[in-house]
Amino acid sequence: MTSLHVEAAEARSRPRPGGGRSRSRNRTLHYLTRWLFVAPAIIFVLVFFGYPIVQNVVMSLQDYTTATFYTGIAPWVGFENYAKVFGNPLFWTTVINTLLFTVGSIVFQFGIGMALALFFKRHFPLSGFLRSLLLLPWLLPLIASAAVWKWILDQGSGALNQFLGLFGVQPVPWLVSPSLALIAVIGVNIWLGIPFNTTILYSGLQAVPGELYEAAALDGAVGWKAFWHITWPSIRSVVSVVIVLGVVYTLKVVDIILGLTGGGPANSTQTLATWAYQNSFVQFLFGQGAAISNVLIAVSLVFSLAYLYMTRKEVDE
Amino acid sequence: MKKSRLVVAMVSVAAMALTLTACSSGSSSGGKQTLTIEDYFTDTGKVYDAIYKQCGSQIGATVKSNHVAGASLISKVLQQASSKTLPDVLMLDNPDVQQIAASGALAPLKTVGVSVPKDYVPAVVKAGTYKGQLYGLAPAINSIGLYYNVDMLKAAGVTPPTTWAELKAAALKLTDKSKGVYGFAMSNINTYEGTWQFLPFFWTAGGDEKNIATPDAAKALQFVTDLQNDGSMSKSALNWSQADVNNQFVAGKAAMMVNGPWQLPALNAKKGLHFASVPIPTPSADEKVVSPLGGETFNVPRTGDKTKMALAGKFVQCLNTPAIQKKMAGAVGDVPSSEKVAASFVKSHDQIASFAEVVKTARARTAELGPDWPKAATAIYTAVQLSLTGKASPSAALKQAQAQEK
Repeated sequence: MTSLHVEAAEARSRPRPGGGRSRSRNRTLHYLTRWLFVAPAIIFVLVFFGYPIVQNVVMSLQDYTTATFYTGIAPWVGFENYAKVFGNPLFWTTVINTLLFTVGSIVFQFGIGMALALFFKRHFPLSGFLRSLLLLPWLLPLIASAAVWKWILDQGSGALNQFLGLFGVQPVPWLVSPSLALIAVIGVNIWLGIPFNTTILYSGLQAVPGELYEAAALDGAVGWKAFWHITWPSIRSVVSVVIVLGVVYTLKVVDIILGLTGGGPANSTQTLATWAYQNSFVQFLFGQGAAISNVLIAVSLVFSLAYLYMTRKEVDE
Repeated sequence: MKKSRLVVAMVSVAAMALTLTACSSGSSSGGKQTLTIEDYFTDTGKVYDAIYKQCGSQIGATVKSNHVAGASLISKVLQQASSKTLPDVLMLDNPDVQQIAASGALAPLKTVGVSVPKDYVPAVVKAGTYKGQLYGLAPAINSIGLYYNVDMLKAAGVTPPTTWAELKAAALKLTDKSKGVYGFAMSNINTYEGTWQFLPFFWTAGGDEKNIATPDAAKALQFVTDLQNDGSMSKSALNWSQADVNNQFVAGKAAMMVNGPWQLPALNAKKGLHFASVPIPTPSADEKVVSPLGGETFNVPRTGDKTKMALAGKFVQCLNTPAIQKKMAGAVGDVPSSEKVAASFVKSHDQIASFAEVVKTARARTAELGPDWPKAATAIYTAVQLSLTGKASPSAALKQAQAQEK
């Protein structure tokens, strides 16, 4: 952008021979060039974000079925899909599950991620190696992780219950009890999210100048006080990025839940995202599936706007 | 400088557009016609390719098959339907036929010269029929039965059960908590697999998918719930697929299981495992079990190419001839769709004898509701899960699940 401004300024300050007509042609050319620079970004956003979202909104207002794929005909039904979704007793179950899943995941992912980042900030032998090991859950394909966790958490032959059995604990029905399944799924998702939180927060901590701590130490601010008065304010923008991205990523989690419980038992781990999947790709109710995912998009949008507002405020400061 | 850069950019954009348009090209080949076939037999693809080749040479066509992973077949078919690139012959799991037929993507088999071979099991025709027209024919079919571990039953002095009461008593007797052995196993997972496994109990007791909240259906659900609450069936079964159930049986952790003949290769591969199968027990001794019909149908999509569609019709007819029925049944452990062919086939394949008996009275899942079956199927597995997790009594579970899927 800046180079463009410079070039434009140059062009303005140096009148060229040939008179007004060529100057106006030059101006349109400059104008065009400017847009050409922005065009790739605009086209990318329109094709890969704008079109799918608009299409999704349109789909949620249609009776979009398997027949639509062949005939191309999808009768307009207005808000019927939304009425059906909101009227379904499962809607509130999935909303509450989504809320618990997101809040539970974020709080622990962030808390543990922060603790680990602070821990790794003190360099010690093998800290680099350990930190890279921490990335492992992130590197594994989600489906593979889900399959392994499903085996670990199995009631009868799972590794976790075998281990707990050594201490005389009765086999715990991690994935098959409606009251425990959501906790188990949240646990696995926390395990998955820790690397992301640790990595970003760690890099945020690296950027805090060491002199600040030295100066604060002279004033008697060490330990908890140093964290609260120096670390936290310094990494606040990183924290907001981690949390907002975390929320958006967690809201849309499908694979790990499908792999572990498929939303069961008895819909106790069904979230808005898995329910949308279930409607669209298992029951072929594409309109209702789109309606549910639009609810999700709206929620994500609120968080993104909150994030934009927060970052803008910081710039103003 | 600036201008030339602009020109370069424009040229590259134009080049990109050219390559994009170059992708769409038409081609036609003379001589022998080629038929494309799409199925989900990724594991047994080679066996099927040989069968396709045989039928291809019979009708004078070369065949090209495409084996798609089972879970993604329907989404692939939908994609192909919208881009008008459907294969010439399409295999579908039988409960999906009506759904796809309703979309208009399939041609009625009558219009491409296919007729139903003699003495086909009635459920096969029902499964392939949508609004009075036949759209798909399955050369080989299956269902589910009750497998039992011969040694375990002998050790416990139990004979294979034929009624629910016997099954309940046998399961209890065969359960050995100290060894981690359960008397009975079935899949109660929250997918259509769970529905499929519950259907023999549900239908035989008098349950019906049009209204699942009936006392008869509740009786069936109560029975399965009791098996779990007695401790005869693991609670983990709520999260077991049919393959998981089979693993439990093979590992000796279940003395009896509900499963299908497609597990025979895995069962036979386990050394020292002595097993046999009987039809799933019924509420009382004088009843016949009503099991769901399984099996893949072959269909002719409306591709618009009349001559190729007619050729595809011939191909589907060939797949349904007695010889091919047997070959296909042999490939995966199915039963030939024709009762007569099945009767002679069973003589050399005694392990599927019980299933050959069951399919005669089997019921097609989509026979009553057609394309609306997925809703009922979802309600049924949801009810099973609600009841087994103790979230609701059997009758309340059925009511609640039905309300969710309205």
